[in-house]
Amino acid sequence: MNGGVIAAAATETTSVGEPLLNIGIFAAFVAITLVVVLRASRNNKTAADYYAAGRSFTGPQNGTAIAGDYLSAASFLGICGAIAVNGYDGFLYSIGFLVAWLVALLFVAELMRNTGKFTMADVLSFRLKQRPVRLAAATTTLAVCFFYLLAQMAGAGGLVSLLLGIDQALGQSIVVAVVGALMILYVLVGGMKGTTWVQIIKAALLIVGAFIMTVWVLAIYGFNLSTLLGAAAEKGGEAVLSPGLQYGLTDLSRLDFVSLALALVLGTAGLPHVLMRFYTVPTAREARRSVVWAIWLIGVFYLFTLVLGYGAGALIGKETILAAPGGVNSAAPLLAFELGGPLLLGLISAVAFATILAVVAGLTITAATSFAHDVYASVVKKGKAEPGTEVRVARITVVVIGIVAIIGGIGVQGQNVAFLVALAFAVAASANLPTILYSLYWKRFNTRGALWSMYGGLGSAVLLIVFSPVVSGAETSIFKEVDFSLYPLSNPGIVSIPLGFLLGFLGTVTSRTLENPAVAAEMDVRSLTGYGAEEAEKH
Amino acid sequence: MVYSHTPIGEAMSNDAPGAATSGRVTDFEKAEASEPFQRLKKTHRSFVFPLGVAFLVWYFAYVLLADYAHEFMATPVIGNVNVGLLFGLGQFVTTFAITTWYVSFANRRLDPLADEIRSDLTATGHASRSDR
Repeated sequence: MNGGVIAAAATETTSVGEPLLNIGIFAAFVAITLVVVLRASRNNKTAADYYAAGRSFTGPQNGTAIAGDYLSAASFLGICGAIAVNGYDGFLYSIGFLVAWLVALLFVAELMRNTGKFTMADVLSFRLKQRPVRLAAATTTLAVCFFYLLAQMAGAGGLVSLLLGIDQALGQSIVVAVVGALMILYVLVGGMKGTTWVQIIKAALLIVGAFIMTVWVLAIYGFNLSTLLGAAAEKGGEAVLSPGLQYGLTDLSRLDFVSLALALVLGTAGLPHVLMRFYTVPTAREARRSVVWAIWLIGVFYLFTLVLGYGAGALIGKETILAAPGGVNSAAPLLAFELGGPLLLGLISAVAFATILAVVAGLTITAATSFAHDVYASVVKKGKAEPGTEVRVARITVVVIGIVAIIGGIGVQGQNVAFLVALAFAVAASANLPTILYSLYWKRFNTRGALWSMYGGLGSAVLLIVFSPVVSGAETSIFKEVDFSLYPLSNPGIVSIPLGFLLGFLGTVTSRTLENPAVAAEMDVRSLTGYGAEEAEKH
Repeated sequence: MVYSHTPIGEAMSNDAPGAATSGRVTDFEKAEASEPFQRLKKTHRSFVFPLGVAFLVWYFAYVLLADYAHEFMATPVIGNVNVGLLFGLGQFVTTFAITTWYVSFANRRLDPLADEIRSDLTATGHASRSDR
């Protein structure tokens, strides 16, 4: 079957494959994971159970779950599509996502695990003033989760039209609501343990699915990478093999790419839903093993996407992909259909849905934990919450966030919200990472430095986006008719990340407050030795 | 759990049973100033800081080349495989290599030292409780 036939099928039914088969395979995934979640949830008694899965996962399990959390639909569909359409520039994207893990491995993971309990704020507020720092950390956590969540929900709508053949707004909204409701159920019942299992199952399916397709594509080209590249270049032009198609157009777009590269490599180690995963293992050593597993799985997966992307470019072609419903995102599903017909397409579609479900669940439990643990228990109740109420607040928060995500997801249907993921990374890199690094490695760092850095990093990243061409003044903007753009780039990182680091430094040196040296010494000793670290729950 | 002399114990308390404070007192300032801990800290930082700078420089050199030196990156090397692709795959190789190197370093040099300090602290922690 060739690309032309697919294109014809696509215009007739607006989808490829058999929607019923796709739904059936997805339903099977939901049924299996629900059983696992219900079984895993029997031991959800304490806060440590609910937020951190009783710290009972092993490094390899947690590493697989991290990969499941990290390889979102944007990674799978987005990067495959970007390579298929823009060639090398899509590959560049995946490298930033991977190298970023070295920051987490070398500087953050183990020290976080040793010092904190459930949230990023535990570590940031350890030796600084509890309430203001916790509140600031919770604010940036909720902001990152919200931007990321909205992007995932918007992606779900686009996927629906492609895979299930539902292209009316009402049908898409119903599917978004079903995805949201399932996610609420998983997180409410399963807590961190259930969420983690969903991510492990999903990561395994995703990586195995991508592996099968990769071997298939390579087999077509005699397991010769050069032949595959040649075929892609023949169909899409020589330019797909070298950088520049997407980002190399103007000086501004080049600078925009530097900004994006900065946000990608420094953002990962500040993503709250990634940081929270380090608390689900019993020791810092297991946290280290988690990151190692995550790096290998994510790295190998991105190598698969390189083959799949060029494979889609060669076998299907740029024009057919862009013309299909779902546009760039349809490259991987179209390739699955080309290779293995409706069955493989159904499997890959189900995996893509599972991906959105798992990532959304991980973001939701992170946001709910941060709200219940940092805002409710520590700031509102000043650390004197009644036993059990904190987890109850967390569960209520899950429902609220779920409903907000459903409404937001329906509201942004059809909008170009790809910038939201970039924004989430930029906020994580400019508001979270400076404070994390300073508080772990700079003894003099104090409360004012933390507050300036977090609020300054968050505020500048959001403001720059609002006054960027993403929001107004360009053809692809949200508001096309008005133009209040002042900042020329679509990614704020190149300004807001250095600003976050600078503000943390300035705030610290201008403040005469000296934090308690005994607590600073305690943090220093505990972060490196693991003495007094939270231990695994025993059941 | 050793929170007794810090404000953290109170603020971090919650309904997890593992969080109950045991009333032990540990002199962290003394522990921090001790020779083994200073050695651990120095070993850790003198490994991760230079390595961190190195991989970030290599990553940004790659990004800038890909961004501003298209011609160079498009130079073919073997068949259709060009310099850009080799450099990109090189980023994967260095990432995997640094990961493996760090893990073996941490297992050999950091963990034994951290374990030793931790068991010393646990022992003295118990001693100070029996003093009271």
